[in-house]
Amino acid sequence: MESLQILERVKNQFGDHVLEISDKKPDPFAVIEPTAIVEVGRFMNEDPALAMDCLSNESGVDYKDRVEVVYHLFSYAHRHGAVLKVKLPRDNPSVATLEGVWKSANWMEREIFDLLGVNFEGHSDMRRILMPEDWIGHPLRKDFVEPAEYHGISTVRESPIIRLDTKKK
Amino acid sequence: MQTLVQNLIASGVFGKNASPNLVAAIVVFVMSAVVFLGVAFPFAGIVSWAERRVWARIQSRVGPNRVGPQGFLQWLADGVKHVCKEDIIPDESDAPLFKMAPYLVMLAFTLPWAVMPFSSSLILADLNVGILYMTAVTALTVVGVLMAGWASNDKWSLIGGIRSAAQIVSYEIPAGLSIFPVVLMTGTLSMQGIIRAQGWAPQHWFLFANPFTFVAANILYISALAEGNRTPFDLPEAESELVAGFATEYSGMRYLFFFMAEWGNLFIIGAIIATLFLGGWQFPHVTNNIVVMNILEVITFNVKVLFLVFVSMWIRATLPRVRIDQLMTLCWKYFVPISFVDMIGTAVWVAIWPDGNAAMGYIMLAGALALAAMFTQRVIYYLRRSRMEVYFNPTI
Amino acid sequence: MSTLHTQEMTLNMGPQHPSTHGVLRFVVRADGEVMREAIPDVGYLHRSIEKIAEKVGYHGFMPYTDRVDYVCAMFTNQGWGMACEKLAGIEVPRRGEYCRVIAAEFNRIASHLLSVGAMAMDIGAVTPFTHAIREREMINDLIEELCGARLTFNYMRIGGVAWDLPPGWREKALAYLDHFDPILEEYNALISWNKIYVERLANVGVITPAEAINYNLVGPNLRACGIKWDIRKDVAYSVYPEFEFDVPVGDGHWGKLGDSMDRYVVRIREMAESSKILRQALQKIPGGPVLAKVARNFKPPAGECQIRLESGRGDMGWYVVSDGTGYPWRVHVRTGSFAAMGIIQKLSAGLMIADLVTLIASLDVIAPEIDR
Repeated sequence: MESLQILERVKNQFGDHVLEISDKKPDPFAVIEPTAIVEVGRFMNEDPALAMDCLSNESGVDYKDRVEVVYHLFSYAHRHGAVLKVKLPRDNPSVATLEGVWKSANWMEREIFDLLGVNFEGHSDMRRILMPEDWIGHPLRKDFVEPAEYHGISTVRESPIIRLDTKKK
Repeated sequence: MQTLVQNLIASGVFGKNASPNLVAAIVVFVMSAVVFLGVAFPFAGIVSWAERRVWARIQSRVGPNRVGPQGFLQWLADGVKHVCKEDIIPDESDAPLFKMAPYLVMLAFTLPWAVMPFSSSLILADLNVGILYMTAVTALTVVGVLMAGWASNDKWSLIGGIRSAAQIVSYEIPAGLSIFPVVLMTGTLSMQGIIRAQGWAPQHWFLFANPFTFVAANILYISALAEGNRTPFDLPEAESELVAGFATEYSGMRYLFFFMAEWGNLFIIGAIIATLFLGGWQFPHVTNNIVVMNILEVITFNVKVLFLVFVSMWIRATLPRVRIDQLMTLCWKYFVPISFVDMIGTAVWVAIWPDGNAAMGYIMLAGALALAAMFTQRVIYYLRRSRMEVYFNPTI
Repeated sequence: MSTLHTQEMTLNMGPQHPSTHGVLRFVVRADGEVMREAIPDVGYLHRSIEKIAEKVGYHGFMPYTDRVDYVCAMFTNQGWGMACEKLAGIEVPRRGEYCRVIAAEFNRIASHLLSVGAMAMDIGAVTPFTHAIREREMINDLIEELCGARLTFNYMRIGGVAWDLPPGWREKALAYLDHFDPILEEYNALISWNKIYVERLANVGVITPAEAINYNLVGPNLRACGIKWDIRKDVAYSVYPEFEFDVPVGDGHWGKLGDSMDRYVVRIREMAESSKILRQALQKIPGGPVLAKVARNFKPPAGECQIRLESGRGDMGWYVVSDGTGYPWRVHVRTGSFAAMGIIQKLSAGLMIADLVTLIASLDVIAPEIDR
C-alpha cells in the first residue's frame, strides 16, 4: 500500500483524531491528536491490512512554537511504511508512551525525553539515557543554553584565537 | 648423597669435626639454590619470551625482537620494569593476605623442582613418593589464588579466585586418577623408579604401553593445563571478562609472581608427562663415561619437556576459552569416568600381562606414527593451498 | 539446599573494560555466575553530533557523519548524502553510485572482519583477531589510496563521491578479492567450526523473530533470526538492483534459531556476498562523472525525509528536517546498535557473566553508534 493509502485508512478508522494528512514530498505524514496516539498505534500494529509490526524510528523535533514527535512505522509483512506525527506544546510536552505496542519505543522515547524534554506517560523507565543523570536542561532544544560549569568543570573557554585586527597597540 | 657428604667432610673443607647433618644441609641448600636460581626462575622468565614469539608467529606477526638478539632479553626488561613499578596495595584490602598470596603461588611453583629428575643422578631429592609429592604440592596454588581473590576486596577478583579454586580442585581428580595407571604398571611412586621402568625407545614408553595409558596421558595433560590456568581453561584470568581475574588489583612484581608461577608451571606440567609417559631422561647407553651420559640424559629430558611446553603455547594461541559450567561438565561428567575406566583397565592389563606386552607397544607406536603422518600431510596440504607467503624463517 | 543463604552481587562492568565494544557500562546483578539482569548504561561517547549538524550546514556535516560509526564510515557518509539528495531531488551520476557501492562494500567487509575478530577474541581465541586485522589492514590500504584516510573517510559528497578511482586501483582491488576469498575458508577452518567456539556461542541469547521485529533489531541480528530482509534488496536504493547477490539468513543449525552462532555465521557469509558484489561492481563500472553539480551553499527546499540504508550493523535510518536555509533544522540517525542495546536487558536474565560478553559481541554493538 502507498503511504497515503495507509494514512487514509487510519483516517477512516479514527475520524477526527487524525488532525491532518499532508502529502508533502518526499514523505507524506499524518498528524494525530496526542491523546489518541496509543490507539492509533495499536490499530496500525494489529490491523491485518496494515500490520505495522516495527517502529522503525521515533524522533523529536523542536520547532519555534511546538515540539513534534515523529513516528516512522514499517511493516515487514507487507513491506510498506507510514509516518505519524504528534504536535505538542513547548512547555511540558507530554504524550502517552508507545512502549506497550512496540518495545523499540522504550529506548527511543528515553532519548527524546533526555534531549528534548518530552515526558512519556506510562513509560516503564523514564530517565536520561545519553546525558548524565544529574544534567540540567534538554540539550537538543533550540533555546538550550549550556550551563557554565558541570561538577566544577567549566564549559567556557577563552578563545585561543588571537585576532590581529582588534589587538590594541 | 651420603657418600658426597662423607667425601666433603673427609676432604676437610668444612673442618675436621663438621657434623654430617650440617654439611648435608649446606649441600642441599647449595644444590637448591643452583636449581632454583639457575634453572627454575630464569626458565619462568624465558618462557614468557618464548610464548610471545611463538604466539606472534602463529598470529602472523613478529613478537618481541628488539631487546637483545631476537628479543631474548625482553623478559629481563619486563622484570626490571615490574620491579620499578609502584607497589599499590588497595586501601580496603586485607593487606597481610594480599601480600602473602603471590608467595604461596610461587611456593606451589618452586616446591616441585625438588623432585625434578633431570638425569639419572641429577635429582635434588629422589623421594620414594615423588609423583605424589608433586601432585600434592602443585595444589597449593588453590590457597594462593583464593587468598588473592578474597584479599583484593574486589568482586571481580573474587569471582576469578572462586572460579580458579573450583577449577583447580576439580581437575586434581582426573589428574590424580590418571597417574594411577603408571603407578600400577611400575609399582612405585618415585620419579626415578618410574623412569627406569621405561626404556629409551618410544615403544617402551608408557604412552604406548597400552591404550588405557594413552588415554590417561591425554587426560593428565589436559587436566594439568586446567590446573595451571592455561587456555582453554584460563577463565580465572579471562582477559576480556575480568581484566586479570584474581590478579586484577596487583601491580608490579607481585603481579609478575602470579605469571611467573604460571609460566614455570608449564615446565612442571611437561616434566610430569615426560616422566610418567615419555620415558624421562632415558637415553641409549652409548658410552661408559658418566658425565657424557648425564649430559645426554639432561638434554633428552629437556627436549621432551620443552616440546610439551611448546604444545601448551600452541594450544593457548589457537583455542578459545571454555565457559565455567562447560569446564565443570567436562571434568566431572567426562574426565572422571574416563579416568576410572583407565585405572580399572590398566589394573586388568597388569593382571593379565604383569611384565608388560611389548607387542602392544609396537602397535600403539605404529598408530601414533600414522596419526603424526596424517597431521603432517594435512599441514603440507594447507601450506600449498594457501595463497599467502608463508615465512618459515623464525628469526625475523 | 534450598536453605542455603545466597546473596545477589551488583557488579559494575565499567566503562573501561577490555571487552566491551567501545565505552559501554553494564550494571550487572548476578547470583554468583548467573546473572539476574544486566542494565546497560550508555552515553559515555555522546558527542552531540546531531546538534552539531544544525550548526555546520549540509556540506560541512559530512566529516561528522564518519564519527557516528567509525567502523563503517562509508555507510554513514552515504546515508547523509542520500538524505540530502532526496530532500533536494538531486540525482547521483551512475559512476558516482558505483564508486559509492564499491567503497561501501569494502567497508562492510572491513567492519565484519573487525566484528568477527573481536568476537573471537572476547571468547578467548587470540589468533583470529590478528588474522582478521591483517585482512582489514589490506582493505584500509586500498581505501587509503582511494580517499586518503584509513578510518574516517569523508569520501562521499552530496551528489556523489569526492574522487574517482585512482588509475590501477581496480586491478589492486580485484587482486585483493582473489586473495580474500580463500582466506575466509581458512578463517572458518581456524575458529568458526571449532567445537569449543560453537559450544560457547550456540543457544546463547536466543532472539525469536517476533521479538526481533518488535525491538527493531536490524541487519545481521535480524537476519540471524530467520527473517530474510536486506535494505539493499527489499527497499532497493543506489545501484544495488543491478547486482546479483544472496542474503544469508540464520538457520539454527548449531543451536536454536536466532542464537549467537547464527549471528556470527550470518556475518561470515555476508562477507562472501560483499565480495561477490564487489567483483560485479568493479567489472561493470561505467564511465562518466562521479559528482553531480551541487551548489556550494546548498539549500534544499523545506521539508523532511527519511532514508534507510543497509550499513554494516543493519538498517540505518536518517531523518532530516530542512527549513529552506543552508543549515539543517534537525538530523536524527537511528542506528542498529541503539536498538540492539535495548534488547540486552531483556536477554540477560539467566545468562552467565561470560555469556554477557558473548551476547554483546554477537550483537555487534558499537558505542559511537549508540551515543552519537
